[in-house]
Amino acid sequence: MAEKKKALDLISRPIKAVNIGLDSFVESLKAQSVEVIHVDWQPPAGGDDKALDLLDRLESL
Amino acid sequence: MAEKKSIIEEANKKAAEKMISARPVLKDVRPAEDVIPNMTKNTILHAGPPITWDRVCSPMKGGILGAVVYEKLAKDFKEAESLIKSGEVVFSPCHHHNAIGTMAGITSASMPVFVVEDKVNGNTIYANIREETVKALRYGFYDENVQRKLEWNAKTLGPVIAEALKISGGIDLINIIAQSLHMGDDGHNKNTAENALFALKIMPFLVKTNFSSDELSEVATWMNVDDRFISTAVMAACKSMCKAAEGIPNSSVVTVMCRNGTDFGIRVGALGDAWFTAPSPRVEALYFPGFGPEDAGLDMGDSCVTETAGIGAFAMAAAPSMVEFVGGTVSDSISYTKEMFEITVTKNQNFTIAYLDFAGTPTGIDIMKVVRTGIQPIINTSISHKDAGVGQVGAGMTRAPLECFKKALGAFGEKMNV
Amino acid sequence: MIVKNVVWKNRYLDSLKLMRISNTTAALQGVEKVSVVMATPLNKQILKEVGLYTEEGEKAKPEDMLVALSLNEESQVQSVLDFIEEEMNRVKSKVQETAGYAPKSLELAIQNLPDVNLALISVPGNYAKHEAMKALKKGLHVFLFSDNVSIEEEIELKNYAETQGLLVMGPGCGTAHINGVALGFANVVKNGPVGIVAAAGTGIQEAVSLLSNAGVGISHAIGTGGRDLSDKIGGITARQGLQILNEDEKTKVVILISKPPGKKTVLALSDAVKQMGKPVVVNFIGMSEQLPLGSNAVIVDTLEDAAFTAYELIKGKVVPYRTVFTRNPEEVSNRAETEWEKMQDEQRYVRGLFSGGTLCSEATLVLADYLSSVSSNIPPRPELKMNDTAKSEGHVCIDLGDEEFTVGRAHPMIDPFVRQQRLIQEAKDPKTAVILLDIVLGYGSHLDMAGALKETIVKAKSIRQEKGGYLCVVASVIGTDEDPQSLKEQEKKLTDYGVVVMSSNAQAARMAALIVSRGKIKDRLYGGK
Repeated sequence: MAEKKKALDLISRPIKAVNIGLDSFVESLKAQSVEVIHVDWQPPAGGDDKALDLLDRLESL
Repeated sequence: MAEKKSIIEEANKKAAEKMISARPVLKDVRPAEDVIPNMTKNTILHAGPPITWDRVCSPMKGGILGAVVYEKLAKDFKEAESLIKSGEVVFSPCHHHNAIGTMAGITSASMPVFVVEDKVNGNTIYANIREETVKALRYGFYDENVQRKLEWNAKTLGPVIAEALKISGGIDLINIIAQSLHMGDDGHNKNTAENALFALKIMPFLVKTNFSSDELSEVATWMNVDDRFISTAVMAACKSMCKAAEGIPNSSVVTVMCRNGTDFGIRVGALGDAWFTAPSPRVEALYFPGFGPEDAGLDMGDSCVTETAGIGAFAMAAAPSMVEFVGGTVSDSISYTKEMFEITVTKNQNFTIAYLDFAGTPTGIDIMKVVRTGIQPIINTSISHKDAGVGQVGAGMTRAPLECFKKALGAFGEKMNV
Repeated sequence: MIVKNVVWKNRYLDSLKLMRISNTTAALQGVEKVSVVMATPLNKQILKEVGLYTEEGEKAKPEDMLVALSLNEESQVQSVLDFIEEEMNRVKSKVQETAGYAPKSLELAIQNLPDVNLALISVPGNYAKHEAMKALKKGLHVFLFSDNVSIEEEIELKNYAETQGLLVMGPGCGTAHINGVALGFANVVKNGPVGIVAAAGTGIQEAVSLLSNAGVGISHAIGTGGRDLSDKIGGITARQGLQILNEDEKTKVVILISKPPGKKTVLALSDAVKQMGKPVVVNFIGMSEQLPLGSNAVIVDTLEDAAFTAYELIKGKVVPYRTVFTRNPEEVSNRAETEWEKMQDEQRYVRGLFSGGTLCSEATLVLADYLSSVSSNIPPRPELKMNDTAKSEGHVCIDLGDEEFTVGRAHPMIDPFVRQQRLIQEAKDPKTAVILLDIVLGYGSHLDMAGALKETIVKAKSIRQEKGGYLCVVASVIGTDEDPQSLKEQEKKLTDYGVVVMSSNAQAARMAALIVSRGKIKDRLYGGK
């Protein structure tokens, strides 16, 4: 029941977006007056996969 | 959108809360050997993480040797050095003794130190009092002038402030820091407002002490000449905040950041007293006339305890003039503070920044966030000449080395059994 | 000529920006070739192949930026590097201007926009699952533009999302419409009663444009990602989408578009479709067998027919719509004849150069209905596979947005370069009779593709003319008048320089077949298959 509500939630509320990656998507959203915040994305842990793996494991504790 | 917090997040939340709960009060000024834990006549304290004599940088060597001579343990630098090498005189990090020191951080037995008490969390922190403004032990400089000043500190400055503090019952430092952040200070490199506020608050009690008007005049004059006089007490207040976050299980919050001019060292909540070090970074700086990058020593001092506690460069948005040291703009100074929000647990509403709509300062550096985002904690600092005895050559900005946080993360992973 | 590699440690910029910067830098005096890339194994391989790789470059790690140059003089290196730095700063300021304050972490983004409900993710494929999972755990629906996400990662994401009642649109989802908001590469369309669930980006684009242009608007268009209806995924997002549209009061008719689903998925889908209290128009591209989808399902063959069948259903009619041409048959035949009569006998083949994958697939199938020796680099059926994608043989439809063509260049919907090159190549082939194109408008697409292709098309036609003969160019423009590019204006530009503009992708393919067959297939076109 909660799941259904959640999915419907996407279409029943105004879109408020976070954009992660190419900033070109932000332009089109702003042109449509959608509230959007852009994340200046960098590879996590500077691309250090070992550190990233450790971080993921710690975060799932 | 409430998500279940992980045990680490819970621990970090607690650590940050403890930091914010601290209420450091400047209570007293006493000789180091009387109050500092495990301090002996033959101990010299220094800034930064532990280090072996062969790796100590020139200004710190000069400072340590100068202190040995000042304490009359040796008659000259040569003898002082042989005492160090033989182990008869030991040098030890301030942080191992609940103390902090600026630049080389030289603290010896007879030197008067600020005594800062946090009754809320039950800790007391000690900070040396700055000697001269420029040519001083903290830059590896020692001569009759420095000796005279140190003697005056012990004989007059310390006791006068001590008595005034006794009469006052103590001066609340959180109050002073909070107000000064609304007056253009950052608490690390810019302390003019803090100093003025302290002078104002202590004045009614200074005049009630039993010292002569000459002595009082000397002290008052000195507090004016050294417009960063109170800065080391502020550093002690910051350490007191950080100390409250020590020893919290599962916490990845940084409890110490410091440098000794050779290495940069950090300590982390759940990892107790373990040090994680990396080569001390260079500082991107504006140099005083006559000096350039080739003259600069590496980043040195315990003063980044202010950033560890969320002020200093972390509050650059409150003190935009600091950004001029690196050719930035006012909006850069705001961006820097905003950047620090990305790697900290919370915002400290005791210390608010007007330009950010009174958002609190970024508090509780999380090593996991540092490694994940690659955003290194930013530090504003003075720079010493690379040789002992020259003094400050400039000031600017640097960042804590990522390596320290990666090392700490590895150890944290092991501690958490992942 | 000196080749130099400079490594900039721990720096990142997305590949689109790096490409632009490389292109601008390449124009500098004394610079022969330049490529600024992230030092991934793939990029290093490419640099090796074009002779821009040195020992220095070997030292670069994937998180480092690698500047690879070949220039006339050693002394120029520093000034070129300085130029590149300046360009990077300029690009960063521009992003700040458009996007404003941009935090570096999702956590901080959510702090600053607390009731955020959707994450658009377009990071490199090897990080995409990581970022998408983070977003899902924060309770956000995900529009996952990134591709190069493994099927296992897609399964993990969608399984988790399903338990949380969240939608994962993608991977490789470029287009969606939610609540009147166009996401990604999408058109400006009216709001209305038709909802779409599609594993086909340009499929959505054509369907919504045709409907909107006919005065019937869209409620939502939910992109599922290309693999969603394969048996490994089982249509998780498609089924969620159908459920949403079923419960959405605004939606009266639903369109479902995909390439043919896996056998197990068809069963799951048919259950979902049968449970819907609304008509569902189904276009499984290339699958014309009657599927047991339920009495409320209407099966059509083309995107255009899906759109117009939905239109008819909204108006209360029941018959599936089957278009051949929307213009008068006489008109069409006459036009076709004016094109082919100038051709030489050896000109036999259609060469389709597409920017939209779905449009390419559809065109391939339309051509294959009437012609033989049709192939594609993205064959909708295995027997239609193209032998050598670098050299066309017979009739071909090439999706230039496919990976092998987008190395070092932006997608053909944004950047005309690769299509321009291939167009000339095809024009030089004496066997080419018709070039078939799609021009896709909307947010994100090139602002004047018709203008950008003009010089190339004019040149291509004159190349053919000089040898005697005539090169015909047929195109369809997918979009609306409200799009940044304006449908009317783009169509007019193309018509003005001799392109035969048809009103849908399927019609353009039929026209191309009609022309190339010298009118022989006319009766089959109108007689039905």
